[in-house]
Amino acid sequence: MTASDFGAALPRPKRDLLPIFAPLIVAAIAAPFIGSASSFVTLTAAGVAMGMMIFTMASGLTLAFGMMDVLNFGHGAFISLGAYVATLVFTPLASWAQADSWPLNLALLALALAAAVVVCGLFGLVFERLVIVPVYGQHLKQILATIGGSIVAEQLLYALFGPDVIALAPPASFRGSFVIGDAAIEKYRVVATLVGLVVFVGLTLALNRTRIGLLIRAGVQDREMVEALGYRIDRLFVGVFMAGAALAGIGGVLWALYRQQVHASMGGELLVLCFIVIIIGGLGSVGGCFIGAILMALIDNYAGFLAPKLALVANILLMVAILLWRPRGLYPVGGR
Amino acid sequence: MTARLALDGVHTHIGRYHILQGVDFDAPAGATTMLLGRNGAGKTTCLRTIMGLWRPSRGRIALGDSAISGLRASAIARAGVAYVPETMAVFADLTVRENLLLAAREGPLDEARLQWIFGFFPTLKRFWLSRAGSLSGGQKQMVSIARAIVEPRRLLLIDEPTKGLAPAIVGGLIDCLKEIKRIGATLVVVEQNFRVAREVGDWVRVMDNGRIVHAGPMAEFAEDAALQARLLGLSLDGRQ
Amino acid sequence: MMILSGPPPRGRTLQTLIVVVTLALALAPLLFPGAKPLNVAAKVCVYALLGASYDLLLGYAGMVSFAHVMFFGVGSYGVGLALYGLGPSWGAAALGLAAALGVSTVLALAIGLLSLRVQAIFFTMVTLAVSYAFGVLASQLDWLTGGEDGRSFRVPEVLQPGFRLFGGPLFGVAFNGRLISYYLVFFVSLALFLALLRVVNSPFGRVLEAIRENPLRAEALGYRIVFHRTLATCLAAAGATAAGALNAVWLRYVGPDTALAGSIQIAILVVVVIGGMGTLYGAVLGAAVFVVAQNYLQALLGALSAGAADAGLPLLTGLFHPDRWLLWLGLLFVLAVYFAPAGLVGALRSKDEATP
Repeated sequence: MTASDFGAALPRPKRDLLPIFAPLIVAAIAAPFIGSASSFVTLTAAGVAMGMMIFTMASGLTLAFGMMDVLNFGHGAFISLGAYVATLVFTPLASWAQADSWPLNLALLALALAAAVVVCGLFGLVFERLVIVPVYGQHLKQILATIGGSIVAEQLLYALFGPDVIALAPPASFRGSFVIGDAAIEKYRVVATLVGLVVFVGLTLALNRTRIGLLIRAGVQDREMVEALGYRIDRLFVGVFMAGAALAGIGGVLWALYRQQVHASMGGELLVLCFIVIIIGGLGSVGGCFIGAILMALIDNYAGFLAPKLALVANILLMVAILLWRPRGLYPVGGR
Repeated sequence: MTARLALDGVHTHIGRYHILQGVDFDAPAGATTMLLGRNGAGKTTCLRTIMGLWRPSRGRIALGDSAISGLRASAIARAGVAYVPETMAVFADLTVRENLLLAAREGPLDEARLQWIFGFFPTLKRFWLSRAGSLSGGQKQMVSIARAIVEPRRLLLIDEPTKGLAPAIVGGLIDCLKEIKRIGATLVVVEQNFRVAREVGDWVRVMDNGRIVHAGPMAEFAEDAALQARLLGLSLDGRQ
Repeated sequence: MMILSGPPPRGRTLQTLIVVVTLALALAPLLFPGAKPLNVAAKVCVYALLGASYDLLLGYAGMVSFAHVMFFGVGSYGVGLALYGLGPSWGAAALGLAAALGVSTVLALAIGLLSLRVQAIFFTMVTLAVSYAFGVLASQLDWLTGGEDGRSFRVPEVLQPGFRLFGGPLFGVAFNGRLISYYLVFFVSLALFLALLRVVNSPFGRVLEAIRENPLRAEALGYRIVFHRTLATCLAAAGATAAGALNAVWLRYVGPDTALAGSIQIAILVVVVIGGMGTLYGAVLGAAVFVVAQNYLQALLGALSAGAADAGLPLLTGLFHPDRWLLWLGLLFVLAVYFAPAGLVGALRSKDEATP
C-alpha cells in the first residue's frame, strides 16, 4: 500500500521546548535587578525549593482534572492533613529530630512522608467516594460540593487538633545554611528540592514506563476510548485521585517544615497557588505543572525581594500573560 | 472465535432525543455486514450502543450466546468487541507503538501479528515511535484500525473508515478490510462510500430514522439501483 | 404585582416565608430591641442584596465567579476610605460610592471579557486567584487601607448613634442614628433587590438564562453573548458594590476581615446555594438562615458542647464547640448541594406543589 508515501516523509516530531526555557528567561531577566550574585543564588534556590513543594501539591490536582474533568476545590484539605500528620510523627520521635545526625533526621522525614502518604491516600479514597462520585460530570456541583467538603474538613481538623497554630521545627541537621562564597542556601531548602525532584522523576517514570502510566496518559486524552479498549477508567481514576491526595500530603509535610508551623488554613491558601500553577501549566500535564510551579515560585521570590507587596500580584500577572500567549496553558492536554 | 451479533428491539435515547427507535439487526458470524443509511439515520448511535458507550433504553443485544446490553463498555470490550470510531480517537500524545500496546490487553505485542499488520500498513512500521498526533488523517485511521486487530477479536465495529480520505488511500483500506475478513472476523462497518461497501460487504443493512429498513445480501442490493436510490438517496453508478 | 416586576414566587409556604422575613426585617427595631438583633437584621439585609447580586451571575448567567467579594470590598473601602479621608459628609460618601462603582465596573468588564476568552473551569480558578491577590494587596497597601486593622470612621451626622430625631423615645423606640442607619440599609437593600428582580424578569434576564442553558444555540439565534454576559457581570458587580457600601456605613468600619475575606465569598456561595440558585428570592432566605446561624448557632453549640463535656465525651465537646459552627453549616451546605440542589426555594416549592 502506498498510502502515506504521498510525498512528505513525516517530519521529526517537534518537541515543544519553548516553555522549558521560560524559568531560565525569568531568572535571566530578574538577575540584573537583583544586583548581588549571592542574593540571586539564595533567591533562586528558594524559588526552586518552593516550586518543588508546590509541584508536589499540584500534580495530583492536574491529573485528576485531566483524566476525569474533576476539579477538586477541597484539595487543600489533603495538604493540611499531611502537615498535621507530620506533627503526629515528629512529636513522639522528638529525640530523632533533635539529634544532629542526618541519617536519623532523614529517616524521621521519610517516616513522616510515608505516614502522610498513607493517611492522605486513604482520606482521598473516602473523599472521592463520598464527595466526588455523586457529582461526576457536573462541574458546578463539583465546585460547590468540594468547597463544602473543604470547609467541613478544615473544621474537623480544628476540632481534632485544636484551632491554634502548631509549631513544627525541622530536624536539627536540616537547620542552618550551606554557605557558598557569599551566598547562603538553607539546608532545608536543599532537602525539599531533593524530595521534590524524586517525586517528579518518580512520577515521570511511572507515567512513561509503566502500563498504568500509559493508561493514565491515554485516559487524560480520551477516557472514552480507554474504556472502549477494555479498561475500567473509573477504577483507574480512584487510584489517580488517591495518589494525588498522597502527593498533596507530601507537599503539606514539606511546606509545614519549611514554614515551621501547621494550621488548617494553610491548605486553602496553598490551593490558590496550586490553581495558578495548573492554569499556567495546562490542565492534565505533569510536565507543565512542574515548569509552572518553578516559574511561579521564582517570580514569587524575585518579586518578593524586589517589590514585596506586589509578589502575589506579580503571579497573577504571570498567569494572565501565559493565558494570553497560550489560552489553555503551557502544555494543554487532550481535547479540552 | 467469531460470533454472531444480534440486536432485538433496541431503543436509545440521548437526552430527550429518541435516536434508535427499535432496531432489529443481525450480523452473521464470520461475515462482513455493512450498515448504510443517510446522515442522521442513527448508524453511529447504533455502533456506540452496541459498544456500550450509550446505554440502550430498551431491547437486547447479544454477541454469540451472551447478552451484552447494559454492560459497561469496558466489559463489552473484554467480551471481544473492538471499536474503530468515526473520529479515530487516536491518543495523540502517545506513540504509535504505545497506542497499539494499550490495545493489546493480553500482554506484549505478538510479533507475528504485528508483521501481518505491517504487511498492509507499512507506514506504521516507519512511524512506530512517532507521536500519533503528528500523523496524517489516513495514517491515524491505520493506527485506529490496527488497534482493533492487534489481538484477535470476536467482533469489529468500524465507523466510516474511509471518511475524508484521499481515493488512493481508500484503495489501500479496502485491501486491508479484505485481509481482515480473510482471517475470519465478524465485521460491522458503517460506510457512506458505496464502492467500498459493495467491495467489502457480504451483507447489507440500511437504516433510516432509527430503524432498519432493509436487510439482505450485498450482492442483491448492489444490483438493485432503484432500491439504492430510494434508500440511500443517491444514484450510485456515477460515483466513485 | 408591579413592584415585583414579575410573578410572585410560586407556592404558599414560600410566599408566606418571604413576607414574614421581609416584615421581620422591616420591623426589626420594634420586634427585637437591642444592639445585637439589629446588627443581625442589618447583616441579613446586606447579605440578601449581596446574595441576590451573585445569584444574577451564578444562577441566571451561569458564571461561576469567585471574585464577587472583590466588588463588595471595593464598595466598602470606597465609601469607608472616603468618609475616613474626607470627613463625615454625604458628599464624601457619594464620592466614595461613585469611585467604587467606577472601579467595580472596570473590574467587572475585565472579568466579563475574561470569561469569554477562557473556558469555564479556567474562569472560576482565575477569579479565585485574582480575588485572593486583591485581598492580599488591600492588606499590604496599609498606608491607604489601614492594612489588617482597617479604618474606623465617622458617618454623616444623621446616622451617628448619638443623633436624636425626636427628643426622646417614641412608642418605646429611640429614634436615634442607629435606627436611621438601619432603615437606610433596609430600604436601599430592598430597592436594589427589587431592581435586580426587574432585571431578571425582563427580556434581558430571559436571554441570560437561554445563554446559560445552551450558549451555542443562543448565539445561533442571534443573541450577543459578549454583551449579555458583560452587562450581567457589571450589574451584579454594582449590586455587590452597593451592598459593600451599606456594610461600611452600618459598621462604621472597613477592614479585610469584614470586606474582603475569603470567608465572605464562601458566605455568598452558601447564601445562594442554600437559598436556591436562579431564584433571587433564595438569597433572601439563604441570607436569613446564614446570618442567624452565624450569630445564634454558636450559642446553641455552646450549650451542646458543655453538655458533652459534662458527659465526658471529649470528641463531641470538640465537635460541638461554638467556634466550630462553620462545620455544621458546611455540612448543611454539602447536604443542600446533594439533596436539595434547588435550595430552600426549590424544596418549599415542591412541597407546595405536592399539596394542592
